[in-house]
Parts: sequence; structure tokens; C-alpha cells
Amino acid sequence: MSGVGDKVKGIKETSRRQFLADGAKAACGAALLGIGAGFGASQAGASSQVFLRPPGAGLDSDFLASCLRCGQCVRACPYDTLNLAGLFSSTATGTPYYQPRKVACEMCEDLPCIKACPSGALDPGLTDVTKARMGLAVLIDQETCLNYLGLRCGVCYRACPQIDKALTLDTQHNKRSGKHTLFLPKIHSEHCTGCGKCEQSCVLETSAIKVLPRALAKGELGHHYRLGWEEKAKKGESLIPEVLDLPDRMPEFTPPFLPEVKP
Amino acid sequence: MKWLILRRTSQLMVLGFFLLGPLGDIWWISGSLSGSLILKVLPLTDPLVFLQTIFAGHPPADMALAGALIVISFYLLVGGRVFCSWVCPVNIIADCAAWLRDKIGIRGVLFFSNSSRYWLLAMVCGLALAFQAAVWEMINPVTIFSRGIIFGLTGAVVVGATLFFFDLLLGKRGWCQICPTGAFYSLLGHLSPLKVIASGREQCDQCLACYKVCPEPQVLHEPLQEKEASPVILSGQCTNCGRCIDVCPQSVFTFGSRFSK
Repeated sequence: MSGVGDKVKGIKETSRRQFLADGAKAACGAALLGIGAGFGASQAGASSQVFLRPPGAGLDSDFLASCLRCGQCVRACPYDTLNLAGLFSSTATGTPYYQPRKVACEMCEDLPCIKACPSGALDPGLTDVTKARMGLAVLIDQETCLNYLGLRCGVCYRACPQIDKALTLDTQHNKRSGKHTLFLPKIHSEHCTGCGKCEQSCVLETSAIKVLPRALAKGELGHHYRLGWEEKAKKGESLIPEVLDLPDRMPEFTPPFLPEVKP
Repeated sequence: MKWLILRRTSQLMVLGFFLLGPLGDIWWISGSLSGSLILKVLPLTDPLVFLQTIFAGHPPADMALAGALIVISFYLLVGGRVFCSWVCPVNIIADCAAWLRDKIGIRGVLFFSNSSRYWLLAMVCGLALAFQAAVWEMINPVTIFSRGIIFGLTGAVVVGATLFFFDLLLGKRGWCQICPTGAFYSLLGHLSPLKVIASGREQCDQCLACYKVCPEPQVLHEPLQEKEASPVILSGQCTNCGRCIDVCPQSVFTFGSRFSK
């Protein structure tokens, strides 16, 4: 009898153990799925973020081929501007980026981030920080920019390390008031490094001026386009012979389908 | 227990040195396991990450190249997969999961052949070549986990938990069986002079304790059982972890040179 009892007890123990093991398996499977789902969800949520690369990073396609994701540039940055992208970031995990609205690039003259980079992903040939092109500032919302509304804010203009080169204030008549001047911030891409001091300093709740990756922000003229006035200035005279002044010929008769003009 | 304690100390010390900077503002070493600079002089580069940048078409920079060569020379000397058992933080997770699955009696679902890690290594290089980017680094749990710990990124928790559940549920030491980083170091291990040797195999009483504890038990068979073969565990897949030395009641195993008879 006792033998049968042991056997039953044994089966019970086995099934309890089996139950625990199955439960553990199901829990693990669910956890794996959950992680996957969370990954997908956070990817979808992060898509509107813009990520700027450190100075000397070049195009993202090249950067993703060369960056070791070691984080030495992040450690070298004295202003904690740079961060490493996390696993759920919409940019490649482990790569450095910064978001100027939080901390802008201070454009260190000695470029410690580039010096720290072992792989050349941050171009060691870049020695003048004003030649860095992390992005391009764009006054993306003229409806909320205080200067466009006719106020004299201009904080972005004054925050710009390349003031009067990368960022100027252009004057325009204020049609609303009829007697004032608008001081409109204008960005000049040949000088803007994309440091983001303008975006960081904008006094609005959400910045009206934003730094975008250059590929996103910059238009490109057709390569065959020539601006006539520039070509003329270069040559010192018009490129084509003076336009022949042909006599204006008026219609000699009124076409029958036109109504007769009464004097 | 001796080698186990030494290994854990080594693993934690590596992370500890990296954490000294951010936590204690002592910058003996900066960067992460993917690439670092020791005392502002000595560069180290993860050779597999470096290899990916080469396949991705990026010309090698001096510092990164020097770092990769230093790391490769080191592991050539002490045994390729010494990285896996003495440095890699994922090893701690793999060991914990393996211990727990034995404890609660979970049997394997996935079994990987010994060559699968090399196929994955080939895939990693192929991906870098095809997409001209270090694609594997976007999901490589080894670098994401270590970098996450060092830089305090939440990804470390996620990847750590994923690896733990993967190893617990799907296959014993499942990740380590297929990890391309381990595969790369296995290749180096084929040439390393420092090896575990079954020098006392005449004393072996077939208790199989070493087989049970070994993360790569296939490497044990030939040196231990085949009396004509060399007693040196020559396979590059051996991680030189010393678990077999710790557990063998007959003291069959020792560390030694591959050239010893």
C-alpha cells in the first residue's frame, strides 16, 4: 500500500514541478514578447525626434559605417552636450547625438570630441570649429516667432556665436501697424554650424527656430542654374549681347473674333 | 571555486574601472568595451566592431587599428575566448540563467550546432558589407549591454533581461552558443598558447562533473577520452574559464602551454 502511496505522491510532485516549469516558460515567453512590443511602440513614438551628430560627423550613412559606438566623444564633451543613443532611440543605438533645445553645442575651439574619437568617424581634418556643419538652423515657425509678430525679441540672433554672419536681422515694413519695422531673423547656411544656441535660447515654449540635419533643411538649385545678376557681376558686363530693341508692333487689324472697341 | 571567484572578480573589475569615471570622477579608462583609452595613452578597440567598420568601407584610423591589434594580440596570447569568460558582462547573466534553469529543471528547446556561431559571424560581416554600415551594432547585445551599464542607459536592463530569459527558456547558454563576438575570439583561440590540459586524465573516473559544468562540453571529449590524442584542450571554443579545474574531484585539469605533452 505504501508503495502505491509513494507513487501517487511522486506523480503529484512531478506534476507540480511540471506546472511550475510550464508557468516559468510561459512567463519568459510573455516577457520576451513584451520586450519586443515595447521596442516597437517606442520606435513609433520616437520618430519625430531630430538627432544632431557631433562636429565632423559627416553624412549619417558614412557615420554609421565608421562609428565604433564607444562613447569616448560623449565623455570628452565638457558641457555634457553629447549623449549616447539608447536602445529605443530612433537613431542607431550607441551612437552620439545632441538635442540643442536641451544642451546646444558650445563649439569648443579645441574640439575635444573629435580628438577623443579613435575611429575617424569624427573627421580629424576638421580643426576650425566654425567650419563644422552639425546641422542648419531654420526659422521653422514664422507664425509664433516674436520678431515676425513685430516685437523686438532677437534672442536667437544675440545667442548666435556667428552673429551677423550665420544669423542676421533683415528689416521689412510692418504692414500690420503701418509704421513700424519687422526685424526678421535670417539664417545664412554658408556660416551656420548648426550648434543650436538659437534653438536653445528661443524664449517661446516651443522654439520657433530649430536646427535640422542639413540634408533635411537645405534646398539645392539645379546644377545648371546660373543667377544672371551674379554672372553679370563676375564678368563685369552682360553675358549675352545687348538685347535688340525691336519695334513694338501693334496689330494692324482687329481680329474678327474680338469685340470692337468703342472709343 | 578558486577560478570562479577569480573570474567574477575580473568581470566586475573591468566594469568597475569603466564606472570609476562616471561615478567617482576617476578617469583611468574612458569609453566602453567597444572602444576605450586607458590612462589617456593605451587605445583598445573591440576587434569585431572594428572589423565591421572595415567591411562597411570605412578606412581604418590609426587609433582604432592600434586598439584592435592590441586586443587581438592580448587574446591571442591568453586564449581567444578568455574575453567570454573573464571580461564579457553577459557571461554573468548566462551563468545565472544556466544555474536557475538547472535548479527548476527547464529543458532546452533550442540546440545550436557548434558551427552556428561562425555562420552568425559571417552574417555580421556580410551585413556590414551589404549595408555599408555596422548593422550588427544596432542589435549586438554584448556591446549594448556593456555600454548600457557603463553609460547608464536603460537598454542594459532590457537586453540583460532578454538574454536572461532567452538563456533560461530557450537554450542553455543559448546566446553564448551563437554569439559572433565569441566566434571571433574562438578563431583567435585556435592559435593561443595558453590552454587547459587534461594532464591527469589517467585519474579520471568518468564522474562527468566537468561535462556538466563546461559551457562548451564538446571540447572536452577528445583530450579527456581518447588516449592517443593530446591531453591539451586545443579547441578555440574553450573559454579558458577553469570551471573544470574547479569541479574535478580527481584534479585532472590544469592550465598550461599548448606545447606541453
